[in-house]
Amino acid sequence: MQPIAIRDVSLNYDTPGGKVQGVANVSIDIDASEFVCIVGPSGCGKSTLLNIIAGFLSPASGQISIGGKPVTGRGMDRGVVFQDFAQLFPWRTALGNVSFGLEMKGVANPERDKIAREQLRLVKLEKFTDSFPHHLSGGMQQRVAIARALAYNPSVLLMDEPFAALDAMTRDDMQRLLADVWRETRKTVIYVTHNVAEAVYLADRVVVMSAHPGTVKAIIKIDLPRPRDPLSVEFLDCQKELMGHLGHNTNGAALNGHGA
Amino acid sequence: MTDNQQRTRSMIRGGLSLLFVAALYEAVARSGYFPAVLLPTLPTIVQTLIAMLADGTMLQHAAFTMYRVMFGFSLAVVVGLPLGILMARHPRIEHFFLPLISALMPIPSFALIPLFMLWFGIGNTTTVLIVFYAATFPMAFNTWSGVRSVNPIWLRAAGAMGADEHSLFWKVIIPGASPFIITGMRQAFLRAWIGVVGAEMIAASDWGLGWVIFDAKEFLNADVMLAALAVIGFIGFVFERAVFGTLERATIQRWGMVRVAKG
Repeated sequence: MQPIAIRDVSLNYDTPGGKVQGVANVSIDIDASEFVCIVGPSGCGKSTLLNIIAGFLSPASGQISIGGKPVTGRGMDRGVVFQDFAQLFPWRTALGNVSFGLEMKGVANPERDKIAREQLRLVKLEKFTDSFPHHLSGGMQQRVAIARALAYNPSVLLMDEPFAALDAMTRDDMQRLLADVWRETRKTVIYVTHNVAEAVYLADRVVVMSAHPGTVKAIIKIDLPRPRDPLSVEFLDCQKELMGHLGHNTNGAALNGHGA
Repeated sequence: MTDNQQRTRSMIRGGLSLLFVAALYEAVARSGYFPAVLLPTLPTIVQTLIAMLADGTMLQHAAFTMYRVMFGFSLAVVVGLPLGILMARHPRIEHFFLPLISALMPIPSFALIPLFMLWFGIGNTTTVLIVFYAATFPMAFNTWSGVRSVNPIWLRAAGAMGADEHSLFWKVIIPGASPFIITGMRQAFLRAWIGVVGAEMIAASDWGLGWVIFDAKEFLNADVMLAALAVIGFIGFVFERAVFGTLERATIQRWGMVRVAKG
């Protein structure tokens, strides 16, 4: 596992109205095996930042390095999980999807199959290895996507609101599962969400971003012991503090566990 | 309902549609409004068909037609599929070929038959080339659309997992575009099938289902024409259902990329 350094990263968008600054001078240091959540309102550039780290976009200025090596594009040191269920290849079974990165890496078959099955077991889908994605529920598809991103053993896992399209109950299960997977694999995780409770549940540190332009407003350490209890007073206090940083009125009655 | 039950039911439904149309035809044929030579009854047509099947001529005609269709169709797939993919992936190739395809695709293959006869004479060369012309454009056009409609998130995910151009092409773009590629093959086959019959009518001698139909008009043999038409319809039906239907069930339907056909 390797530390990540994000230094003065900026990116502009070309829009019909001219250049718009999407991300401005973002600097974050992330430790090896750390779980970092990035939260912020829509349009704060949190997904853009993740796409830059993934190498899908190149920043206008600034640098990112992983383990001292500068990021210049996509790389197999990073695994990516998207929000969209459609990210899986419909023409491949769960096992086939998880095997994809290993195929690209040149891992030959008895070994490849073994690793892919292990990954599916990690996300509790060992019974569904031969199912095609359209036969799996949204939560299961996202679990396959996580297994797929982990299979070729990247040191960093990048996740872009992977559970945002799931119902609340499934989302809770998935958060628990992800916390277990993280504890077991000790990957460095950068996780984008707009869900404050999710961030408090998962993160070691939460990066709060604000919009127009997207900048880092605060970085908050979550010191709660794991596994975390979302109904404990300390948990709710953390949530309140985080919402304060996001500019929400923490005295309002509308406050709830999943608000953002 | 199980798959088998569903298939049986769909076969019964298809049979009923055919039966209804056949009964309607028979009623008109027997009404006496039209001369029996021009509108033969179904038993007459069936007798002619059986006779032509028994002496092997019909099979031989069908074999000639199939050879020309498959030859031209295969050429069309070999040319049209890569062309469509290249067009969708490289703007320069797209700029060059798209106007060409847009201009050439609407020209009916029939309109080229006399010209091809002047260039290539009567026989297999002309008929195969007409089939090739008819089938290539729908193949290329649909493939082009299919590749453009490949979900970008698949490319992004594959890229993140270290896929190079070669893997991207074979493991993402081709399967991702497969619903359109199969549609392209269907349309190409259909146009090939239409093209071959027309080409055989004018540019073939002695063999082929199109030639049978055209030749039969000299002798007022409407029953022969209708028997040949039945064979053409039958082969087309078998291809649509057995070949393309099976291909679809084994791929895009199994993958959930299209919904199950209810026909």
